[in-house]
Amino acid sequence: MPILVETSLNNPQPVLSLNGLHAGYGETEILHDINLYINQDEIVAIIGPNGAGKSTAMKAVLGILTIREGTVLLNGGNITNTPANKVVEMGISYVPQTHNVFVNLSVQENLEMGAWTRRDGIPERIQTMYELFPDLKSKRKQAAGSLSGGQRQMVAMAKALMVDAKVLLLDEPTAGLSPKYRGEIFETIQKINSNGVPVLIVEQNAKQALGVADRGYVLVDGANRFTGTGQELLDDREVARMFLGGKHVEN
Amino acid sequence: MWDSFAFEFVNFYLVPGIVLGCIYALGAIGITLTFGILRFANFAHGEIMMTGSYLTWTFSALVGSVFGWALHPLIAAIPAIVVAIFISLLVDRYFYKPFRNSPTIMIVIASFGMMLVIRSAVQTLWGPNQITFVKGIAKPNAWVQEVSNNAELLLLIPNKHFWIMAGTLIITLGLAYLLGQTRIGKAMRAVSDSPELAQATGIDVEAVIRATWVVGGFCAVMAGVFMAMDTQFIETTMGFRMLLPMFAAAILGGIGKPFGAVVGGLVIGLAEELSAYPWIGDAPLISPGYKTGVAFTIMVIMLIVRPSGLFKGRTF
Repeated sequence: MPILVETSLNNPQPVLSLNGLHAGYGETEILHDINLYINQDEIVAIIGPNGAGKSTAMKAVLGILTIREGTVLLNGGNITNTPANKVVEMGISYVPQTHNVFVNLSVQENLEMGAWTRRDGIPERIQTMYELFPDLKSKRKQAAGSLSGGQRQMVAMAKALMVDAKVLLLDEPTAGLSPKYRGEIFETIQKINSNGVPVLIVEQNAKQALGVADRGYVLVDGANRFTGTGQELLDDREVARMFLGGKHVEN
Repeated sequence: MWDSFAFEFVNFYLVPGIVLGCIYALGAIGITLTFGILRFANFAHGEIMMTGSYLTWTFSALVGSVFGWALHPLIAAIPAIVVAIFISLLVDRYFYKPFRNSPTIMIVIASFGMMLVIRSAVQTLWGPNQITFVKGIAKPNAWVQEVSNNAELLLLIPNKHFWIMAGTLIITLGLAYLLGQTRIGKAMRAVSDSPELAQATGIDVEAVIRATWVVGGFCAVMAGVFMAMDTQFIETTMGFRMLLPMFAAAILGGIGKPFGAVVGGLVIGLAEELSAYPWIGDAPLISPGYKTGVAFTIMVIMLIVRPSGLFKGRTF
C-alpha cells in the first residue's frame, strides 16, 4: 500500500517542491503539513475531497496566501512567500480554476498579457499556441468572455504557456467541462508535458487525472494522506473507496 | 420664426451642452479608470482637476510677467499636467497604497480626506477668491450654415468651444489607441477585468496603477483647463462642483468603461443644458438653478433601472 509520505529529501533536485507547508487565510490554517514535489518531465496529480487544501497548496506556491511554516523551492532556490508576479517571472505558470481568462480582452490580447514578463519572441509563441490549440486561431479577435467553457480553459492554458514555463500549475482544468473537452484537455496536458514542461494538476476528476499522471498525491484535511504512482493510487482499494467514487473493480 | 428658434436652440443650448459634456467626459474618464482598476470612488479627482487649472493659470501668469507673452492655456497646461500627475502619484504612494489590501471604505475615506487636504492647500497658496483665467469677451466666430433648401442657420461658436470639442475628440481617440493597441493600455484593461488574475499572470499591477494615475491625471487637468477656458475664471470649489456630474457620467456609461464615461459625460452635459430650454411655453423647462439636480436624477434612475450602466460596467 502506498502510504509512505515521500519528501523531496528522497530526491536530489526536483523542479518544484513544497516542504512541510503550513498556510492559510487570516487566522484559519488550511494547510497543516504538505509535502510534495515534481520532477522534470513529470505529470503529478493532486487529488482529494473538497476542502482538502488542494487549490490552497497551489495558491501558497504563488504567494497568494501567506506561508507560516515550511518552504517552497524552485530548482532548489527558496521562493517561499514570493509575490505572484515575481513567481510567474521566475517560470511558474499558474491557471486558476475560475476567472482564469480576461473576459473583456480578446483571445489574442489574453495571450499577449500572458507574455507580460517575456521580452522577445512573442509573435512566434502566439503562433505556437495556435498550433497547440487550433480552435483558438479563428477566435483570436473574439472576447474571451464570449467563448465556451472548454475554449476558455484552452485560452487560460495557452496564456499560461506564453512564458517559458519551468513548471505549469493547473487548478481543476476540467471542472464543469463536457466529456469531449475533458478528454481534449488531458490530451493537451500530455502534449505539453512531452514538450518538456512538468505539469502539476489539482483535479476533482481523480480517475482521469491519475490515468495521465506519473505520480499522485492524495490530500485530506490539509495534509498528505497517500502518495504513489498514478497506477498505484488507481489500484489502491482504500483510495478507490474514498476518492474514486467507490466504483473500483477488485482484481 | 423657425430660424430664430433653431438659432437659439443650437447656439445657446445644444453647443454649450456638448461643450459641458466634453468637460464632464474628460473628468469622468479618470473616475471610471480609478474605479475599474483600483476599485474605489476617488473623491479627490475633482481637486486634481482644480489644481491643474490653478497651475495652468500660474504658469501662464509667470510667463506673462517674465517674457510678456500671452501663453495659450493649452500650452501652459503642459507643465501643469506634469506637476498634477506628480501630485497624483505621490498621493497614491503615501495615502492610498497603504490601504490597497484594506476594505474599500478605508481608501474611499482616505480620498475624501485628500480632497479636503488638496483644496485647503490650494486655498492657502492661491487664496480663496475667484481668479480670472482668461480676460475679455470671447468673440464667437459666426457663419451661416445651410440646413435645408430654404432654411439657413446662423452659427455662433467662439474659439474656446472649438478647442474644447476638438481637444476632447483627440484625447478620446488617443485613449482608444492607448487602451486598444499598447501593452500598458491592454494591461490596464486586464487589471480592470481581474486584478487577481493579472497578478497571477505576472503583470506588474503597481506599474499599471501608476499608469492609471498618469492617464486619469492628464484627463482631469485637461477637463479643468477646458472648464476654466469656458467659464473664464477659476475657483477652489470648481472641482467639487464637478464631482457629482462626473460620477453621474461614469455610472451612466458603466463603471470601468472609459468610452461609456465619454458618452455618459456628453449625455449629462446635454441633459443639463437642454433641461433649461423653453420646451413648453416661454419659461425654461427646469430652472437653470436645478442643473445639478438633472445629473443627480439621471444617476439615481440609472442606478435603479440599470446599475451596470449603458455599456455593461461593473456593479458592486
